[in-house]
Amino acid sequence: MELEIKDLHVSIEGKKILNGISLKIKEGELHALMGPNGSGKSTLAYVLMGHPKYKIDSGEIIFHGENIINLTPDKRAKLGLFLGFQYPTEVPGVTFKNFLWTAYKTLNNGASYVDFNEILDEKLELLEIDKSFVLRYLNEGFSGGEKKRSEILQLAVLNPKIAVLDETDSGLDVDSLKIVANGIKKLNENGMGILLITHYQRILNYILPDFVHVMTDGKIVKSGGHDLAKEIEEKGYEGIKDG
Amino acid sequence: MRGLKMDKMKQQQKPKLVIERDYSKYGFSVDVDYLYKARKGLSHEIVEEISKIKDEPKWMLEFRLKALEHFIQRPLPTWGPDLSRIPFDDLVYYLKPIDKQATSWEDLPEAIRQTFEKLGIPEAERKFLGGVGAMFDSETVYHKIREDLAKQGVIFCDTDTALKEYPELFRKYFGTVVPYNDNKFAALNSAVWSGGSFLYIPEGVHVNIPLQAYFRINAPQMGQFERTLIIAEPDSKVHYIESCTAGVYTTKSLHAAVVEIIALPGAHVRYTTLQNWADNVYNLVTKRAHAYENAIVEWLDANIGSQVTMKYPSVYLLGQGARAEILSVAFAGKGQHQDTGGKAIHLAPNTSSTITAKSVSKDGGKTNYRGLIKVLPGAINSRSFTKCDAIILDEQSVSDTIPYMEINENQVSIGHEATVGKVSDEQLFYLMSRGLTEQQALTMIVNGFFEAFTKELPMEYAVEFNRLIQLEMAGAVG
Repeated sequence: MELEIKDLHVSIEGKKILNGISLKIKEGELHALMGPNGSGKSTLAYVLMGHPKYKIDSGEIIFHGENIINLTPDKRAKLGLFLGFQYPTEVPGVTFKNFLWTAYKTLNNGASYVDFNEILDEKLELLEIDKSFVLRYLNEGFSGGEKKRSEILQLAVLNPKIAVLDETDSGLDVDSLKIVANGIKKLNENGMGILLITHYQRILNYILPDFVHVMTDGKIVKSGGHDLAKEIEEKGYEGIKDG
Repeated sequence: MRGLKMDKMKQQQKPKLVIERDYSKYGFSVDVDYLYKARKGLSHEIVEEISKIKDEPKWMLEFRLKALEHFIQRPLPTWGPDLSRIPFDDLVYYLKPIDKQATSWEDLPEAIRQTFEKLGIPEAERKFLGGVGAMFDSETVYHKIREDLAKQGVIFCDTDTALKEYPELFRKYFGTVVPYNDNKFAALNSAVWSGGSFLYIPEGVHVNIPLQAYFRINAPQMGQFERTLIIAEPDSKVHYIESCTAGVYTTKSLHAAVVEIIALPGAHVRYTTLQNWADNVYNLVTKRAHAYENAIVEWLDANIGSQVTMKYPSVYLLGQGARAEILSVAFAGKGQHQDTGGKAIHLAPNTSSTITAKSVSKDGGKTNYRGLIKVLPGAINSRSFTKCDAIILDEQSVSDTIPYMEINENQVSIGHEATVGKVSDEQLFYLMSRGLTEQQALTMIVNGFFEAFTKELPMEYAVEFNRLIQLEMAGAVG
């Protein structure tokens, strides 16, 4: 199973944002996508999941051997794709647990509530989240750190084939960052393919990516191994671009 | 909402009791050999006939006739939804299904018993209710209260029986909260009323298990006019729940009920309505409570279904420190108009009221919040807060907020907040990215929107409410 992005051009309201992105993510691989603010990283994340406000001008997103660009987000999720949001939306009055159970049973035909509860408990423990958390309304009044942990908890329970994680490290204190990074690492080791979008190199101190890509102005300008992340830290994005 | 917490504690202690019902079958009807069926239309003769069949005292017949006169003279309201298509002349105003009310479901005719079985009432009674009244067209066919409650002096019977068996108590309060000439439909109800619940809670008695009435319209083109009277003596406490459904027909029906609550000093009355009328029903109901010193009255009012609903549960805060909590929710689908809200009239110092209204409109449905806050001179330190939220699901649907305020006292605190909005694309995208279909996502957002209401219901009813919303969202009702 792999996710392949082929020469993707995307615009919003006539303004071009992505200018020919190509990327291939296989199961079990960890890719870090880095780049300065406004380079189009979050747009790529939204487009991969199928947000309706973006227009795909050309290119393909191949998943499961088919071009998914015309599929709605729910169909993409059913194929095994996941997006960890940078800014998860609040859904008042809907408990986290009710929401996640609905998603879980929709993605897993014939899922049992007992199994779901077991998995949920196990992942709560892994991510060091208190049990009472799941009875809160979805993202409502969550702190920045809670939102990010909630995203990773969803990721762990729903267990997709490929996950795109948009700035999952931002807004986390050091302890939370370690826990979240450790969670991602475990899922990756168990075969999940991950595209980790990040502005900073910080999280990469805890998880070693197989590949690092640098994105500026809607293009991937450089790809390499995890050493590239170090280089960015030393030279900055401008330095990479020039080099 | 401090006052709305009363049932939370015991619910948590209760074991899980979920009844599986087939909600798609609310619209059914059964064949019944009615013992008496009034001819179509309304006249003095029919009113006299009803009173005679019921073997009523003279004062009640006079009350009915006076009300009929008022109904005839009074024009239809000129504000609010269109009522011009109510077929007053084609309605049947009284339909008597059986001769003798039963206290055992087995004693009912098969078709009627099956109706309530299908609606899950006997099972609910066995599992978690302290008493049940079941009304079928014009008459209460079943009524029963748990023995331990009866022993404490709680009276829970149908309103006709109360007139016979408790004449003094009845006459003391009947028509005192909603006079016969209050509005056109209260007048109609007063003229042809039949059935409904009479509930009396003695001083200091706390009824800690809900009492339920179920109102069922079975016949086509009929008018159902039940009348409910609740008297809560000082420091008593009760939770009364009513549910309503009807068979689906292409012809129109009318439901015009009157509910009167008297909450004496320190009493606490919660009145929950879960109505799910078929969409051929005009639902025009007057609900009002008198709250005396330090009494609490709570209206929890859910309006699903019907063609037109006009309902504004109100509380007259007559005594110092009295409190009103009104929580009104509405869902309007295709061709439906829900004109709902609440009223609080502050007549004494240190009284408080909260009105929370939530509505969803879909497929061209229309919801209105209509409310009144009135503070009379001398009602110092009154506090009132109204919050209305509406969601409009598509371009064809409409929602309006019409809050009236008449504040005649300076030393008060009055607040009002209103929002009207659409479901955000970001919420939909978020939920859909987790695998929920658009339909599932919308339903989840709407159920979440109503959560402030749902969380106040006993679990059974919360489950039922959420499923009804789910059906409405799928467009599967009616």
